[in-house]
Amino acid sequence: MLVEIRNLRIQFPTATGLSDAVRNVSLTLGQEKLGIVGESGSGKSLTARSILRLLPSNAVVTAEKLTFDNIDVLRADETALRRIRGARAGLILQDPKFSLNPVMTAGAQIAEAWRVHRGGGRRLAGQAAIDLLAQVQIRDPERVAGAYPHELSGGMGQRVMIAMMLAPDPELLIADEPTSALDASVQAEILRLIEDLVSRRGMGLILISHDLPLVSHFCDRVAVMYAGRVVEELAASDLTRARHPYTRGLLECLPTLSHRQKRLAVMQRDPSWLET
Amino acid sequence: MIEVGGLSVRFGRMEAVKSVSFSVARGESFGLVGESGSGKSTVLRAISGLNPLWTGRMSIDGQTLAPGRSKEFYRHVQMVFQDPYGSLHPRQTVDRLLSEPLLVHGMDNVERRILRGLNEVALPPLVRFRYPHQLSGGQRQRVAIARALMAEPQVLLLDEPTSALDVSVQAEVLNLLADLQQAHGLTYILVSHNLAVVAHLCLRIGVMVAGELVELLSADDLRAGRTRHPHTASLRELSIELEEPETNP
Amino acid sequence: MSGVLSREWLLSETPASRAHAAWVRRYRGWLQFRANGLAMVGLVTVAIMIVASLAAPLLAWQNPSAQDLAGRLAPPSFAHWLGTDELGRDIYARILYGGRVTLGMVVAVVLLVAPIGLAVGSVAGYLGGLADRVLMRVTDVFLAFPRLVLALAFVAALKPGITSAIIAIALTAWPPYARLARADTLTVRGTDFIAAVRLTGATSGRIILRHIMPLCMSSVIVRMTLDMSGIILTAAALGFLGMGAQPPMPEWGTMIASSRAFILDQWWVPTIPGIAIFVASLAFNLLGDGMRDVLDPRQR
Repeated sequence: MLVEIRNLRIQFPTATGLSDAVRNVSLTLGQEKLGIVGESGSGKSLTARSILRLLPSNAVVTAEKLTFDNIDVLRADETALRRIRGARAGLILQDPKFSLNPVMTAGAQIAEAWRVHRGGGRRLAGQAAIDLLAQVQIRDPERVAGAYPHELSGGMGQRVMIAMMLAPDPELLIADEPTSALDASVQAEILRLIEDLVSRRGMGLILISHDLPLVSHFCDRVAVMYAGRVVEELAASDLTRARHPYTRGLLECLPTLSHRQKRLAVMQRDPSWLET
Repeated sequence: MIEVGGLSVRFGRMEAVKSVSFSVARGESFGLVGESGSGKSTVLRAISGLNPLWTGRMSIDGQTLAPGRSKEFYRHVQMVFQDPYGSLHPRQTVDRLLSEPLLVHGMDNVERRILRGLNEVALPPLVRFRYPHQLSGGQRQRVAIARALMAEPQVLLLDEPTSALDVSVQAEVLNLLADLQQAHGLTYILVSHNLAVVAHLCLRIGVMVAGELVELLSADDLRAGRTRHPHTASLRELSIELEEPETNP
Repeated sequence: MSGVLSREWLLSETPASRAHAAWVRRYRGWLQFRANGLAMVGLVTVAIMIVASLAAPLLAWQNPSAQDLAGRLAPPSFAHWLGTDELGRDIYARILYGGRVTLGMVVAVVLLVAPIGLAVGSVAGYLGGLADRVLMRVTDVFLAFPRLVLALAFVAALKPGITSAIIAIALTAWPPYARLARADTLTVRGTDFIAAVRLTGATSGRIILRHIMPLCMSSVIVRMTLDMSGIILTAAALGFLGMGAQPPMPEWGTMIASSRAFILDQWWVPTIPGIAIFVASLAFNLLGDGMRDVLDPRQR
């Protein structure tokens, strides 16, 4: 088991006491692809980041079990966590404009990631960077390696991010809305790339998104979150047979090209969903 | 109602919009769809008067438009922006935001119009004195729509109005836009990269690629696959493929 | 229905009017400010200084101008809490009355300078083009002068005194506010909410005054409090050089100037006003830092 989460609870202090952002969440992940889907405020990002303990400093985290490869993440010290972060688990964020260093070339950043976790000389790392860029299906890796992030398109920037995260050969990849800022065609390419690389390297993948149908195409299992809780967990192929009204609501409120609709179905939120 | 002929917009050396022409009848909704960088938002901004550096011909309700716009124009044409977080002044309450167009145009009955505006977009009166950061994304977008309707315009320009919203909120806002169009006889130009959204709300659609309008077709034709330009076909295929959840493992 | 200005009213999630909403926002800001220990130290110190200066006639029983040459340069004693200066005047009384002059000068400068800088900067930033270039070159001209030198020249040309000192300092103190306001204006000029206001057909003047200036206010307010310490020092320097407050008016800088010969033997005479300047500068600095944490939206 790569990741085991049991009864995770994340709270934040407010003017009127502690409030729950994530509650009673239990998930496991082996060498497979898990999608976590939810709307904004559902707690999906927080849940994934808690695996690497990358939460804001004022967050209060409690859990019966929160392990990465049987290492207790909650009680581990910073040194142990640093050995996990980057080296064994990578994190890709939404907008490469904000996660890439604007004053370093793409190649330099990937090479740095390589050297920090694998050691080796500068030339070896540079060569490895070009190699990785080819692996993320960039057609002219040498040119891109010498380019700065602002010279790259959104899709290219995201490929560079992926290359950077894969440099240390991690076991787990967490992708937090990696394609939300991209056009539909580029979205599909990037997700196919991620799916392909993860399968080939035998990694685990946690894909976080607000797009339920999209996630179902690229994951084995999907967990649906609402208001900090997991309301349903099912195999991606079973999505059309989802039973929880929130999941059904998410699927049914989408406009579709297959037939004309006068009005879109609107989600009726039931307060009973808040009790799990 | 709206006539656009040979509209071109240039930023420095780059031509963002290359001779785009289309027309929109009164009470109709027209959609402009394309990927980012296709120039669709630029077209909208040129029509709205936010960008005065365009060439070509534009007219609204028979009146030819000049690069600068009069206050009269802004009573007839309004815009709703994409980012609900950026389109409301962070230091102004909803009440102040809604009263601004009324004050500028010297309209009376401010109190009554504000309350009616909130009601029309299904916002409870208790949000009236909240600041934008105290509202959810969907609520902010409703305020933006209410603000656009304050001056009682005839044309609404919608720049990706639901792209930044959750899907459930998107459904509510799209229904709201449809209802408002019925109630007020509004003419819409909707810009989006989401084909399904555009096809839902609009009867006629224009497809843009790299600044050019490559195809004009009806929403029904798009749904049925009666497309002519290869780009339209590929956009349609991709949208259909990704919108249905995968049923085969 | 909770009472107006009660804690419940101030934390309300559903304000009943624009004024109510503004009070709720201010209260939240106050709570955030109060949580910052150093900022509170700054605020309390500034408050004590201002109150003490205003209440000088009540707090000082000695006449600050009464000379007693026989008892000059006396160390602190029961009669004179902080001793006497080179003309036998009570230092404690002079510090209190001097506070009026020094702090008064500083507040006058800041109140003069901030609105001018705000106006120039936001107009330049919003209009752009020729207006921007002209206004910014004018700003550059004033910015190029070293503050003290220009102040000296100005004061020397006019009659030395507090009014001239205030105007002189104000002349060199306004450019940074213009720069700040212009930077803030450029940041918000391209936003959707300003575009939305432009689409109401509002005039540029209305947009600048009612929509852009409020957004520049936080930077300006923070700069005001942080500037105070610098202005105190400049005013003190002018006083030190004999160009500010003229004798026998007490002013902290002048007090140091006239007694600097005694620093070795009767150290308290120049040092005590020096400490007063130091404490005032530090307090304003802490206050300014605290206000920036509350007002600067980027840090939220």
